[in-house]
Amino acid sequence: MKFGVVVFPGSNCDRDMLDAIQYDLNKEVVTLWHKDKDISMLSTNDCIVLPGGFSYGDYLRCGAIARFSPMMQSVIDFANKGGKVLGVCNGFQILCESHLLPGVLLQNANQQFICKNVNITADGKDVLKIPIAHGEGRFYADDALLDELEANNQVIFRYCSEQGFTDQFCNPNGACRNIAGIKNKAGNVFGMMPHPERATSGALGNLDGRKVFELLGLN
Amino acid sequence: MEITAKTAKQLRLTEEEFELIKQKLGRTPNFTELCAFSGMWSEHCSYKNSIKWLKTLPRSGGKMLVAAGEENAGLMDMGNGFGVVFKIESHNHPSAIEPFQGAATGVGGIQRDIFTMGARPIASLNSLRFGNLNDKKTQRLLAGVVNGIGHYGNCFGVPTVGGEVYFEDCYHTNPLVNAMSVGIVKVGKTISATAEGVGNPVFFVGSATGKDGIGGASFASADITAESAEELPAVQVGDPFQEKKLLEACLEVIETGAVVGMQDMGAAGIICSTAEMSAKGGVGMRIDLDKVPTRQHNMKAWELLLSESQERMLIVVEKGKEEAVLKVFEKWDLSASNIGEVTGDGLLKFYMHGELEAEIPAYELVLGGGAPVYEREYKEPKYLSRIADFKISDVDDVTDLKSVAEQLIQIPNIASKRWVYTQYDSMVGAANASTNNPSDAAVVLAKGTGKALAVTVDCNSRYVHADPYKGGMIAVAEAARNIVCTGGEPLGVTNCLNFGNPYDPEVYYQFVKAVTGMGDACRKFNTPVTGGNVSFYNQNPEGPVYPTPTIGMVGVIENLNNRMTMDFKEAGDVILLIGEQKNCIGSSEYLHKVKGVELSPAPMFDLEEEYNLQQSVASLISHKLIKSAHDISEGGLAITLLEKGFNRKLGFEVNAKTDLRSDAFWFGEAQSRVVVTCGKDHVEKIKATGVGVTQLGTVTNGAIKVNGESWGSISDWKNKYDTAIEKYLN
Repeated sequence: MKFGVVVFPGSNCDRDMLDAIQYDLNKEVVTLWHKDKDISMLSTNDCIVLPGGFSYGDYLRCGAIARFSPMMQSVIDFANKGGKVLGVCNGFQILCESHLLPGVLLQNANQQFICKNVNITADGKDVLKIPIAHGEGRFYADDALLDELEANNQVIFRYCSEQGFTDQFCNPNGACRNIAGIKNKAGNVFGMMPHPERATSGALGNLDGRKVFELLGLN
Repeated sequence: MEITAKTAKQLRLTEEEFELIKQKLGRTPNFTELCAFSGMWSEHCSYKNSIKWLKTLPRSGGKMLVAAGEENAGLMDMGNGFGVVFKIESHNHPSAIEPFQGAATGVGGIQRDIFTMGARPIASLNSLRFGNLNDKKTQRLLAGVVNGIGHYGNCFGVPTVGGEVYFEDCYHTNPLVNAMSVGIVKVGKTISATAEGVGNPVFFVGSATGKDGIGGASFASADITAESAEELPAVQVGDPFQEKKLLEACLEVIETGAVVGMQDMGAAGIICSTAEMSAKGGVGMRIDLDKVPTRQHNMKAWELLLSESQERMLIVVEKGKEEAVLKVFEKWDLSASNIGEVTGDGLLKFYMHGELEAEIPAYELVLGGGAPVYEREYKEPKYLSRIADFKISDVDDVTDLKSVAEQLIQIPNIASKRWVYTQYDSMVGAANASTNNPSDAAVVLAKGTGKALAVTVDCNSRYVHADPYKGGMIAVAEAARNIVCTGGEPLGVTNCLNFGNPYDPEVYYQFVKAVTGMGDACRKFNTPVTGGNVSFYNQNPEGPVYPTPTIGMVGVIENLNNRMTMDFKEAGDVILLIGEQKNCIGSSEYLHKVKGVELSPAPMFDLEEEYNLQQSVASLISHKLIKSAHDISEGGLAITLLEKGFNRKLGFEVNAKTDLRSDAFWFGEAQSRVVVTCGKDHVEKIKATGVGVTQLGTVTNGAIKVNGESWGSISDWKNKYDTAIEKYLN
């Protein structure tokens, strides 16, 4: 699997993502510039990553302007054809704004930016320690949609305790049902607030991010 | 309009300075020219009351690649063909009036100083001082400043990896906001802030110019009074998104090879960047101010010259290579305007619609040129004799160690700053190696160089207040100790000298003595001062702040395998004290906050003893004899032990037989002490090294026992430590 990382003006986790994919996951990766449209170097077996940051300065709403960039039109086509897309943090917000993923990301319940390690789990058993860093990461959807996401197994990660309990005490931002990440119904578009690319290097003392890529089949 | 000494006074220039300007120009300046002098000769830009003493600091040698003051920030050799660029700067006055934008633009300004030299910033730090946290105003200032730093730094995308926050009554009206940035550059690839080459075009890039921040430099050169809030337009407004694009564009434009010189626009805006670049290159500039993009109509020449609108750069481009430059800025959707050219006559000539608005020799405006240099009088402050009268025997010793420790761990100066630092993105860049493995200085991977940096900011201003000379030394020593305890080699210093009004001889005494102390310590540790910033006038009608010479220090970790962390590693490890216990409680948090003693001497400190201690600790680390190292600072030994336990929730059992006072033993802040841990098999080896070693006890699975008394579990202590500050704010 080959990767492409989109660089928007204001992206600031693009280099981290490129480095993690190239040096820690040992995968081929290319940079995709927001003003370009060409993604012919990628096939639908590959993966496009929308990195974290503050695309277009978070003006208007997080991700709201990035959605209209030329590259995003290609990314939307790519996703609709079954190509894999991962959005992390601001990338997740862009995917929701682009309607590639359902729901919205609201301002954190405590009204503050939060950066720290949190625990997340895919299945309630294995717990991963992954950093978050966001001001608007509170996943919100109405109950009907939340029920549907759960029924379709579209929730990919929930915030949890060190032991794997998904209660309110380990929900950093007030996300509905502790949701930290979701995928689309087809299972090829993933969005998550935590930053796996910040936890793939031994020098940083945390390799749990590699397991995120494995769990999503992006390896 | 007639220009008189009265006009000059309104622009914060003295009558003597007005006469000097007339003498230098050979005529009376017009209003625009007088404004230019007002900005450039302000304390903030000219260092007129400090430069004499700054020159006594060690400003060359070591691994310095450019001497202090030569460029926008210091540059030191970190080996393998890379240089580290770093600087600290204050944004105290704006933050006192408008904490959010004041702090945000402080962060923005210091980042520009780094990338204008061609370096990519990789780490930010900050040093903050506020009044009493019980006070609503302090809570509002703290929340605003922290929000502002986070807002700018998080979006700009440089991790905030370290810092300090202190709360003392003297900062009630005058909070201090000092921001530091550290960047990496390939040696030989730096860009100088020098204009050269007659006929080369001058480009103005980045944001448009508005009326924000006009007179900011001179505003920062006066005391804060009840009327200061009316100076709100002197506070700048920041846009980190613009700055992020400016960063990428500037680093990219350097690659084109078209850039002759570059300088950011900070204090005193266009006039400062044109004057400094021209003076340094021995050239002049002809500038058409009407070609500067503006965000407001009808801006006057003096407003354009002095505006401190953010996210702007001045670039001198090699003639004929304009297209390459324009292409880069177009790619990043930033405006780039050709506003003039370099001239050979040394004169700055500013035009509006073809009319000459101001004509000033660049040299006359700048520090090291025509800007005045003053020698201020100083005399020993009266309060120092009261400090000399302090007798330790007048203070009752503690009887209940545990309850004092419980008070101390929750004092905001000591308690966890979690509420603050979780609002900063500390991990962007994926290079902060301290998140999961904490150490006394923050460890940041310098990607691509094969090395890491250890960075710290330190100043205990109560020590400096108690003894400016010794306190100045201690600030440097503590910074170096933090780097040594992290396994790094101290490289160099940047300083932010926050003091009261320099025209007050007692304040100036503090300044002179603190700078002298810093200089002596920097020479001892071979850490030259690469630059920094002086912030005077941190004063209000009730008096000055504590003298606060904040030290930012950078060290190199050659090999990440040799880094050291501060936390207990496993139960059964032996706890050792390196250094000597002293019968000293002077200026401690315990004496000041628990006992309520306002004035007492600085803690015991001897430069030679400190140097030897650091050599010993460095040797223990390089010989891989110890598992953790954490220096004793605020709160004394008891707090150091607790802090070592928090990360892995490990406790300790410690028994102390001592002839010293109990409070001095457990809570004293005498310098030059480090607590380390090691496996049982290394204890004798460490004792045999000949350094002062005292065996204190052992690491436990979480239970804490002191002199046979149970102190409960580390989790309970951690909870108190973590939540103390939040309780004031929620």
